[in-house]
Amino acid sequence: MSDAAFLSLEKLTLAYGDTVAVKDLDLSIRKGELVAFLGPSGCGKTTTMRSIAGLLTPASGAIRLDGADITRVSANKRSVGLVFQSYALFPHLTVFENVAFGLRLKKLPATEIESKVTAGLKSVGLSKFSARKPGELSGGQQQRVALARSMVMEPKVLLLDEPLSNLDARLRLEMRTELQRVQKETGVTMIFVTHDQGEALSLADRIVVMLNGAIEQIGTPEDIYNRPISRFVADFVGFENIFAVEGGKLAVGNGPIDLSGSLPPDTAGLAWRPRMVTLGSGPFQGTVRGASFSGSTREYLLDTPLGAIKAEEDAALAARETGSTIAFDLPVDKAARLKKFG
Amino acid sequence: MTPRVFSPLVLFLVIGFLIGPFFIIVAASLSGGETLAFPPQGFSLKWVAKVFTVESFRESFAISMLLAIGGTAAALVLGVPASYALSRYKLPFGETIRTIVSLPIIVPGIIVGLALLRYIVVPFGFNITLTLFLAHTALVLPYAVRVVSASLNNLRSDIEEAAVLLGSSRAGAFFRVVMPNIRSGILAAFILGFVTSFNQVPVSLFLSGPGVRTLPIDMLSYMEITYDPSVAALSALLAFMSIGIVFLAERFLGFSRYV
Repeated sequence: MSDAAFLSLEKLTLAYGDTVAVKDLDLSIRKGELVAFLGPSGCGKTTTMRSIAGLLTPASGAIRLDGADITRVSANKRSVGLVFQSYALFPHLTVFENVAFGLRLKKLPATEIESKVTAGLKSVGLSKFSARKPGELSGGQQQRVALARSMVMEPKVLLLDEPLSNLDARLRLEMRTELQRVQKETGVTMIFVTHDQGEALSLADRIVVMLNGAIEQIGTPEDIYNRPISRFVADFVGFENIFAVEGGKLAVGNGPIDLSGSLPPDTAGLAWRPRMVTLGSGPFQGTVRGASFSGSTREYLLDTPLGAIKAEEDAALAARETGSTIAFDLPVDKAARLKKFG
Repeated sequence: MTPRVFSPLVLFLVIGFLIGPFFIIVAASLSGGETLAFPPQGFSLKWVAKVFTVESFRESFAISMLLAIGGTAAALVLGVPASYALSRYKLPFGETIRTIVSLPIIVPGIIVGLALLRYIVVPFGFNITLTLFLAHTALVLPYAVRVVSASLNNLRSDIEEAAVLLGSSRAGAFFRVVMPNIRSGILAAFILGFVTSFNQVPVSLFLSGPGVRTLPIDMLSYMEITYDPSVAALSALLAFMSIGIVFLAERFLGFSRYV
């Protein structure tokens, strides 16, 4: 993995008619990286992916791939593969011919096509199905055909649109493994789009979290999961107690609350996962409103002067009664420090 | 009558009404008598044989075939790209265009025929065969657009993008992955258009002139002069031809899915 940017998006602005979907996006991706575009629907992740594929012409900005400006290069000359969410297999062609489609357009010799398609189908475990039509395959098999169809073209970048969302839990694990294997074996640069944080965390080397057409945070799965920098990302990855900070104090409805310990001046908010909340001791008081048991833990909903707080405790500890008042703490040293609180 | 007796009776009457005339025509055409009559008098194949000897039938059959095949082909050449544009792009006035394209179905043929005669053929001295060809093309176009649109709507549009990303041009993607997948829709539209054009009477009635007649019009005028069973024989032959075409279409294409 070299440090030089292999694929870079520079001040990319994408629009559908007058509606701006992505604004001034800057991003650089290294060769061989597996990157996830993560965000809710409408955040611009799919739009960005389509522009990399060449299916959408940017309103402004540039896309560079492997040293060349491809902003105006048409989609059929980009060496970018895309595995569609719906797989987009050609229904009238056999599995073999689907995979051979691009190779035939390249006018490769028949023997070379034959051997590449055979190898491609073998690598996704579908050798036996080469004579079938796509309609005779299961969803998971169709997706593997789509993957093979893109991979035999040896693309510089492989894009995947929601690669796991149409699969059931068992196939999802299988496909996840499959994608990691393909990426490891071929070293292809991969970008996949997902709205599922679990998918992004488990599969990606790096995650680009997007919101409203802009990048909210870029980081490793650990960064995103443990150190979200904005309220949106914190909420997205499961920090359920999120507070704005103003002048070093927690800003809550009833007025600012002092915090023990000092904060960097650019802190705009603090966030705690339920399990980071200390129960039984601390400067705050709350009333237990409800509890839910989830096997290894027990989650409590507390009514407090700070607002509603979700806290989690080991299920081995005695359950706390609903209606009882308990002391709790929001330890500042454990909290995620948010720089953006919008 | 109870519904249990009533429903099968209605069904029987409806079916009898629909296909009864066909059996009467077939029976009449096998008659040994000299005039068109039912029940037939005796049995003979002479009227069936006579159909092939009447010169005007041969000529008008050729014209009808030319119009049905040529007009339908022309309607498809216009209709397939039109359907594609209407189903894939958000066109300004798309719905209006769709409605205009369907107009020839809605407007009575007799009006279309009269209008073409009064405002095209007479003032401009337009060639009759060409006008008939244009009229048949226009009459078949709505069927072409409707049937092909139905096929296109069942086809995902992302396969075209997939083809482009695999190195195909946009036009190449249309011919490589769209056309093969709407092929049966196009064939279904062709058959429907062929039958519609071939059986067309009102428009052709106004536009037929000396020397240029479609087969149905020729049969009408033949009957005015000669009342022999050869018209029945011809009708039966045409009905068998249509049945044959539809049977083959159903067999190979699953025609009933499209109509």
